[in-house]
Amino acid sequence: MTTQPTAVQHAVETVESHLHPVASYDLADHALPTGREEVWRFTPLKRLRGLLDGEPSEAHLKVELEGPASVRVRELSTDDAVSLGGTAPADLPAALAVARSGGALLLDVPAEAELDQPIVLRLTGTSIDETVWGHVVVRVGAHAKATVVIEHTGSARYAASVQVIVGDNAQLDFASLQLWDDDAVHLGHVGIQVGRDAQVRSFQASLGGDLVRLVESAEYTGPGGEIVMYGVYFVDAGQHIEHRLLVDHNAPHTRSNVDYRGALQGDGAHSVWVGNVLIRKVAEGIETYESNRNLVLTDGARADSVPNLEIETGEIKGAGHASTTGRFDDEQLFYLCSRGVPPELAKRLVVHGFFADIVRRLGVPEVEQRLMAALEAELAENVGLPPAGVA
Amino acid sequence: MATLDIRDLHVSVDTDDGAKEILRGVDLTVRSGETHAIMGPNGSGKSTLAYSIAGHPRYQVTTGTVTLDGVDVLDMSVDARARAGLFLAMQYPVEVPGVSVSNFLRTAKTALDGEAPKLRTWVKEMGAALDALGMDREFAQRNVNEGFSGGEKKRNEIAQLELLNPRFAILDETDSGLDIDALKVVSEGVNRFSAQGDRGVLLITHYTRILRYIRPDFVHVFVAGRVAEQGGAELAERLEAEGYDRYTKAASTS
Ligand SMILES: Nc1ncnc2c1ncn2[C@@H]1O[C@H](COP(=O)(O)OP(=O)(O)OP(=O)(O)O)[C@@H](O)[C@H]1O
Ligand SMILES: [Mg+2]
Repeated sequence: MTTQPTAVQHAVETVESHLHPVASYDLADHALPTGREEVWRFTPLKRLRGLLDGEPSEAHLKVELEGPASVRVRELSTDDAVSLGGTAPADLPAALAVARSGGALLLDVPAEAELDQPIVLRLTGTSIDETVWGHVVVRVGAHAKATVVIEHTGSARYAASVQVIVGDNAQLDFASLQLWDDDAVHLGHVGIQVGRDAQVRSFQASLGGDLVRLVESAEYTGPGGEIVMYGVYFVDAGQHIEHRLLVDHNAPHTRSNVDYRGALQGDGAHSVWVGNVLIRKVAEGIETYESNRNLVLTDGARADSVPNLEIETGEIKGAGHASTTGRFDDEQLFYLCSRGVPPELAKRLVVHGFFADIVRRLGVPEVEQRLMAALEAELAENVGLPPAGVA
Repeated sequence: MATLDIRDLHVSVDTDDGAKEILRGVDLTVRSGETHAIMGPNGSGKSTLAYSIAGHPRYQVTTGTVTLDGVDVLDMSVDARARAGLFLAMQYPVEVPGVSVSNFLRTAKTALDGEAPKLRTWVKEMGAALDALGMDREFAQRNVNEGFSGGEKKRNEIAQLELLNPRFAILDETDSGLDIDALKVVSEGVNRFSAQGDRGVLLITHYTRILRYIRPDFVHVFVAGRVAEQGGAELAERLEAEGYDRYTKAASTS
């Protein structure tokens, strides 16, 4: 790794930030991007396939639900969905998604329900020629405990607003898997509200698609809440994967921990990670740490990684961040090879480990296995590494 | 019988001021069945010798040879050296996040043998190796060296030695940082390895303490990048009493 973790004082500290525009349902509040804006400067707008034009579309992703019988998906009118009070869209694609979707899907976990099985919402696109607007609301009632997985496969030009509303003292493990076909485009916003003393773990995995650009935000509706945001991405030749995070510490004694890891291989593979943490004046006694690590496997790939901390109060427990981008660690490879493991296999073990370290924390074995298999396949396909004897 | 032969080995490392020579003509022969101890002051090049034999990319061999039964080792990749029968227990074993000890060792074993070990016997073997080094079996599921204490890392190196069972083992300060119980356990592991009769050991150490448990057939004094003197086990006792002073003085005036 070439970059060392930087101390908090090296972070960009500005009070008025242009990095996270005000969230709004009103389309007029979201100007059409030109590519010069700070938040759009990394994104190749041409490859959005006209999604930002906002043309109306009746098309939907195919919806399948798996999980405990007690939980259903309901369709709601847009007005009813908005009145649930989730985080408003952070950017134009998400605002368009709410405005054009013609209604929302609501996954409702009642207060005090303890689900012993994950809820898996499978969303499948049929063709890149279809524009699809999506609006999904996940609501977890107070004191409830649930695991929710949203899985995206197939192909589409998809923009979505996903609102996750977590009640007081609830526990949610939430995962969003982007396992699209090669040509898919996926934009949008996942906005998470963390209730008082609630614990939320969010997990984003972006492997497929031609272009994926997701904004993930978290804010607190009371003190004492905790959000953990994990993410993994694997970027191949020509692929653009962009994750923009915002943790808004708007309540005291809240905690956040961000850990995103990516691997890149092939010509024109491009990842963008922007991690914004805002610590407001009221947010005394909070604790935050964010980290992004990128493993560049071949020449011609590029990883942009930008952590930002904005601190309006000094009365905090701790704040820090780290960002590293680099090649394989020579010492690790030497150690493995010195035991007889061929270098290509050693590299594979290291990449596998790099991801497994985080995927294992998901705690949903089926999804963990699927993800690790998908990551393995990425490695085999492009670097041409032989199959690992990995468990 | 096998022979590891080091002849006139010169090794440099790249520094900001250009190449810096660290090994300056090392001659050393280890035959199977023999245990050699290498002792010498800090910075004299002991780890450099160990790493160079194992093939660490940081070290450039400028002249000299290392052969295993007459076959050129320096020409081999790091993994090929291991498959040829060399093993290095490192002074500072490396952490490999996300890779479990069990997975790592099974992959190594498969690479060394050319076929995967039978799952049931393997689990037993690995468990036994950990038991023998006084390590809880849960270490098999932990990530390689991650969060291990200094002593646990060293035990893990010797557990690997026993499991992978090479022809020649180079142990770089395996005894440093061990408490007295761990020292005994680790020494017993090395002795079980040697007791097979046809294995060679090159033991790098600062302390005669370990030589009470592992009897060396030969002791080499390593100073300023070469072997300054050699003798039997009694040489270690003398070094303990007298230190390296007279060798370092001799080296700096030569
Ligand atoms: N990259 C480097 N640049 C400059 N000097 C180096 C580099 N790598 C090693 N050296 C120097 O080479 C010398 C030999 O180092 P080595 O680690 O082999 O010593 P050692 O005998 O194992 O010491 P110790 O007993 O402390 O383990 C030291 O003086 C060390 O500082
Ligand atoms: Mg050393």
